[in-house]
Amino acid sequence: MTKIKTLADLRKIRDEVQSKIRLRENSDHPEQVVQVKVGMATCGIASGAKETMKYFMDELEQQAIDAVVTQTGCMGYCYAEPTVEITLPGKEPVIFGFVDKEKAEEIIDVYIKRGELIDGVIPLTFRTIDD
Amino acid sequence: MTDYKIHLLICGGTGCKSSESDEIKKSLKYWIDEANLKEEAQVVLTGCFGFCEKGPIVKVLPDNTFYVEVKPSDAEEIVKEHLLKGRPVQRLLYKDPHTNQQISDSKGMDFYKKQMRIALRNCGFINPESIHEYISRDGYMALGKCLTELTPEETIKEVKDSGLRGRGGGGFPTGLKWEITRNSEADQKYVVCNADEGDPGAFMDRSILEGDPHSVIEAMAICGYCIGADKGLVYIRAEYPLAIERLTTALRHAREYGLLGNDILGTGFNFEIDIRLGAGAFVCGEETALIHSMEGLRGEPTFKPPFPSVAGYLGKPTNVNNVETFANIPVIINKGAAWFSEIGTEKSKGTKVFALAGKINNVGLIEVPMGTTLREVIYDIGGGIKDGKEFKSVQTGGPSGGCLTKDFLDTPIDYDNLLAAGSMMGSGGMIVMDEDDCMVSIAKFYLEFTLEESCGKCSPCRIGNKRLHEILEKITKGYGEEKDIERLKLLSNVIKDTSLCGLGQSSPNPVLSTIANFEDEYLAHVQEQRCPSGQCKALLKYEIIEDLCTGCTLCFRNCPVGAITGERRQPHYIDQSLCIKCGACYEKCKFNAIKLS
Repeated sequence: MTKIKTLADLRKIRDEVQSKIRLRENSDHPEQVVQVKVGMATCGIASGAKETMKYFMDELEQQAIDAVVTQTGCMGYCYAEPTVEITLPGKEPVIFGFVDKEKAEEIIDVYIKRGELIDGVIPLTFRTIDD
Repeated sequence: MTDYKIHLLICGGTGCKSSESDEIKKSLKYWIDEANLKEEAQVVLTGCFGFCEKGPIVKVLPDNTFYVEVKPSDAEEIVKEHLLKGRPVQRLLYKDPHTNQQISDSKGMDFYKKQMRIALRNCGFINPESIHEYISRDGYMALGKCLTELTPEETIKEVKDSGLRGRGGGGFPTGLKWEITRNSEADQKYVVCNADEGDPGAFMDRSILEGDPHSVIEAMAICGYCIGADKGLVYIRAEYPLAIERLTTALRHAREYGLLGNDILGTGFNFEIDIRLGAGAFVCGEETALIHSMEGLRGEPTFKPPFPSVAGYLGKPTNVNNVETFANIPVIINKGAAWFSEIGTEKSKGTKVFALAGKINNVGLIEVPMGTTLREVIYDIGGGIKDGKEFKSVQTGGPSGGCLTKDFLDTPIDYDNLLAAGSMMGSGGMIVMDEDDCMVSIAKFYLEFTLEESCGKCSPCRIGNKRLHEILEKITKGYGEEKDIERLKLLSNVIKDTSLCGLGQSSPNPVLSTIANFEDEYLAHVQEQRCPSGQCKALLKYEIIEDLCTGCTLCFRNCPVGAITGERRQPHYIDQSLCIKCGACYEKCKFNAIKLS
């Protein structure tokens, strides 16, 4: 990594990263990118998030689905770990709870491939600093 | 790919499930089929919305219509009116309790504004191991702003004006602390982040460090700039391996980018952060004990003053703040003190993160504006009490806090209100108890914890807590006298008044608050040798009802201590002096002939 030497440098990097993320979110490219975020805090990992994440990575690759699988911190829904957030291109993110391998398989087959929601969606109930 | 235009989300939380949400789902599906909308509308069962009071809930997407108290018989109308004709069913809409107006778009509902994430803004949103994702969310912009546009004094003023108070429990104004440390003259100063979260059931700080470590790094650098320190230390317990790993990665990335180190952003400001591992002693969350532990000494507190802001780590002025306090700082700088101070109550600004645990449906990590009531937290966000049981008490502030009853459910949560109610904010653990919990045992549990964690330096804490525990032990074993309650109160107050540090000064709080709020339970234990919630084993009595006993000998054969005697086909008998109250006979008896009193 090159050093960020001034505030202007920092702003430049921020804008670059932001537009990269936006591009990913709004891509109307034929190979649309699916984003998968797995809650990987201690609570999630203890409930099997690592296996869930590995499953998503392996399965999506094997099925040649263009997807980015990343980890994130605690989403706050500890009662429903492991939790996974899926963002289909051009759609609002959806969070699923209790995602073990079977649930992950269902999410890939039904939600990611066919766009149909499945039971177990966790409703969002908070405001952010941008609201 | 089927492209549904409409989604109907039905709450499948425990509360709504028991009010027939499965039936509603079936019914909606039926009417959707009838209306030939199968290709356009999909019905989905969701996790708990948290709004169980008004359940079952059906939310229609994309227009966000929020129906409350829906019955299976309402399905037909929802499908025919809303889905086919596009007219929301007015009578099922949520009515705002203040204006009595019906709200159709759930975004306009108060309920959706209950949680607000400031400290947790990036938690569960960004990849904690990617500095780019943090930067994309305006990360390090606050540090840049301070270094290039604001003087240290102006930055401190901003923090002071925001009204931010210490989130570790004490509630000391953060800006004032920074100012005092700035005004202490020395050749070297330190910024310390207290990540020694030790309350049982609390995991706010761990989650922040695991989910958004850069926010703490950035804030520590800002603090260093303000007080004139070039060195920061994070004191974190070794029991948090993942938090340590993520923090280490974040520190490495920040260094590689030059956001830590020398001449940050070309401004000539230098700042470096190291990690110090703690061995997980509760007392090391106390700032003087924490500092001694970092110095390689025993983790024991010393008398204040001098405060760490004057003489702390290695005798130098040291600013100690908690993880959550730091996590608020970048937002305050970016959005301004005025924005921050609009949130919360008069004397407690901003939001507070709570770890909801215990007998509550939605165990989890929440962040609410100060001034939210306990009822809103427990029923609207937490989804109410597990298995439909009765709420009894909520414990806030961990082993230093107290238990609050249902009389306090409508008290707005802030530092001063909780203190006035006989508890405290603490770091934010919130443990919910139901009708089955015995308050004497709860007090004993917390005391066991402080007893283990007392460092033993001062006698009121070391000996006093031991004696308190013995009295509680005596009461739960059925040997308590009425005088013991007075003894508990007297001893508790002496310990509070004479202990050296915060641990001893607050350790009797669970005892005092349970006596104040649940005196009847203590009286039942000492006067009638009875435990109202049936938790104190020693006070239980198993007896055989002669008329129902068939003499099958099953209990006799299962009793592990041979306390049951009796002939075949004759009523049996339990010798109370031998019975260990294990309940084996009670579980085995097929004739309900054993009664528990």
